[in-house]
Amino acid sequence: MAMMRYAEALNAALREEMQRDDRVFVFGEDIGTYGGVFKVTKGLLEEFGPMRVRDTPISEQTLTAMAVTAAMTGTRPVLEIMYADFMPLSLDALINQASIYEYIWNGQVQMPFVLRTQGGGGAGAGAQHSKSLDALVAHIPGIKVVAPATPADAKGLLLAAIRDPQPVVFLEHKLLYNVRGEVPDGDYVVEIGRARTAREGTDVSIFATSKMVVEAEKAAELLAQEGISAEVIDLRTLRPLDTEAIRASIAKTHHAVVVNEGWRFCGYAAELSATIMDLAFDELDAPVQRVTMPDMPVPYSERLEMAVLPDAAKIAAAARRALE
Amino acid sequence: MSTTPTLEQHLEMYRRMIVTRRLEERIGELHKAGKTRGPIHRCDGQEAVGVGATAALREDDHVTSTHRGHAHYIGKGLDPHRVMAEIMGRSTGYCGGRAGHMLIADATQGMLGGNAIVGASIPAATGMALSFQVLKSSRIALCFFGDGAAQTGICHESMNIAALWKLPVVFMLEHNEYGLTVHHTAQSPVADLSTRAAGYGMPSEIVDGNNAVAVYEAVARAAERARRGEGPSLIEAKTYRVEGFSTSDMGGYQDPHVIAQWKERDPILVSHALLKDDAGEARLQHIKDDAIQEVDRAIEQALADPLPEFELFAPSAAYSEVK
Repeated sequence: MAMMRYAEALNAALREEMQRDDRVFVFGEDIGTYGGVFKVTKGLLEEFGPMRVRDTPISEQTLTAMAVTAAMTGTRPVLEIMYADFMPLSLDALINQASIYEYIWNGQVQMPFVLRTQGGGGAGAGAQHSKSLDALVAHIPGIKVVAPATPADAKGLLLAAIRDPQPVVFLEHKLLYNVRGEVPDGDYVVEIGRARTAREGTDVSIFATSKMVVEAEKAAELLAQEGISAEVIDLRTLRPLDTEAIRASIAKTHHAVVVNEGWRFCGYAAELSATIMDLAFDELDAPVQRVTMPDMPVPYSERLEMAVLPDAAKIAAAARRALE
Repeated sequence: MSTTPTLEQHLEMYRRMIVTRRLEERIGELHKAGKTRGPIHRCDGQEAVGVGATAALREDDHVTSTHRGHAHYIGKGLDPHRVMAEIMGRSTGYCGGRAGHMLIADATQGMLGGNAIVGASIPAATGMALSFQVLKSSRIALCFFGDGAAQTGICHESMNIAALWKLPVVFMLEHNEYGLTVHHTAQSPVADLSTRAAGYGMPSEIVDGNNAVAVYEAVARAAERARRGEGPSLIEAKTYRVEGFSTSDMGGYQDPHVIAQWKERDPILVSHALLKDDAGEARLQHIKDDAIQEVDRAIEQALADPLPEFELFAPSAAYSEVK
């Protein structure tokens, strides 16, 4: 175990996997000489050289398409898209390329690549650098989507993602990079598709990913002071969902709050809510409560931005509504 | 590999062009008889580009293709029966009927594969070339794309990256003058799209796209260069789409006199003229008869083959959550 920051845990995963497997290479904007704008790839160019650590032109559409076919032909690319807000440029490669070939070509190819990106608000980065577009990528069949909330999961899930035979979109959060936590040494792999119980409780289940897990844990503290026992489930993987963990928690608490930092309409929280109806309608004592961004751009001024972002207070209020 | 094809290689290109042409003509008949599904994009008159370019590659080199890829498939060595079975949606097709005519792939022969998002074949081959460079492989990648695809942003991005990193890729521009119904003069201010290569510091050449030997020689030079680690090349093959955009094209926008002029320079006639002295008329006729019979047998068999059974995509966890 070592205490490290979320960004350092990601860096450790990349370094260890590149040492272990020559087929792994990383590419993206500013990731080489500068070490990434969030320093996740710091030191990799020096250690592995320019063949496997490549600064790229600003060409997200092509870079993503290249990751798809490079993965098809024997390498394991890890592409960094600097902001999740730029992922719309990657969507043709994800939707019309990566999503289709394993099925359409009857199992002739696999595409073991990872698209790493970071999203989320709260840093004053404005409407084009603050979004959570989880739903956009989780919508796509054949693509796995993970979003770690802790440094340990950041390492364990990134190792799992690089080794996975399918495309994985790896969603980080700009406000988690400096969060510190214990990270197991060595070959620590967290299975994709398994949720984590971040806090046990008996009255209401709160389902979240990424930074919203941190907010949900704070909300659980607030609720505890009022005598409400909230369970926080960190889904960790957005697709494929750990449906058994969701069902088991609701069977215990009979109340559900779903949280996602993205938009509400057709959003990831809506999918969670519908999934709960499918899985556990008979277990529910109250309607599922959704906590999301409103359907609008992320504004700049701190007061405006904080007004739209989901946080502990909004999650606690939703839990109280569920229990009314 | 020599940059000039031997007589036997040229005869094989001649045969594959006839195979492709027969496929296209029979597909046209099947479409009129209501036996095909969806639009099919024929490449009649453009066979020299697909067949000539692929003939200059190694078997383990990789090719990415377009929605108009039948000559690319046959050129790369795919079996006409399994191509036709895929087009007819049969379980014996290269992709078990899941892909259809625009998306055919055969990983064992480096055909990965047809791509019907216009322009997407370009970064696809560039990504494969990146993989080959990282793996220190001697394989190269070649992408076919048209003058329509040359107007996409990913075409520019791919050429820039490939030239920057000296990736082993050949950009094979099949200039057939039309993007769907729109003439190239309404899509680009530049008639010779290969002039763009200068902007990437990349060599380029223009070749007669109706002459399989000319295409072969240009690709062989570009492939050698790529294999030497000197980076990509852009080859612009001038050809013409004589049969319209697809089987559902209503026509009316191509000048019949221009079509007639191009048909006089049909790539099969061009090769025939180049071969007749060295190979003799009798041998050429024999090759033609055999090729036609092969295609007709392939089509008969494909039509008799079983349709696939539906199944969800079980190997994929991300798909298998579907109930």
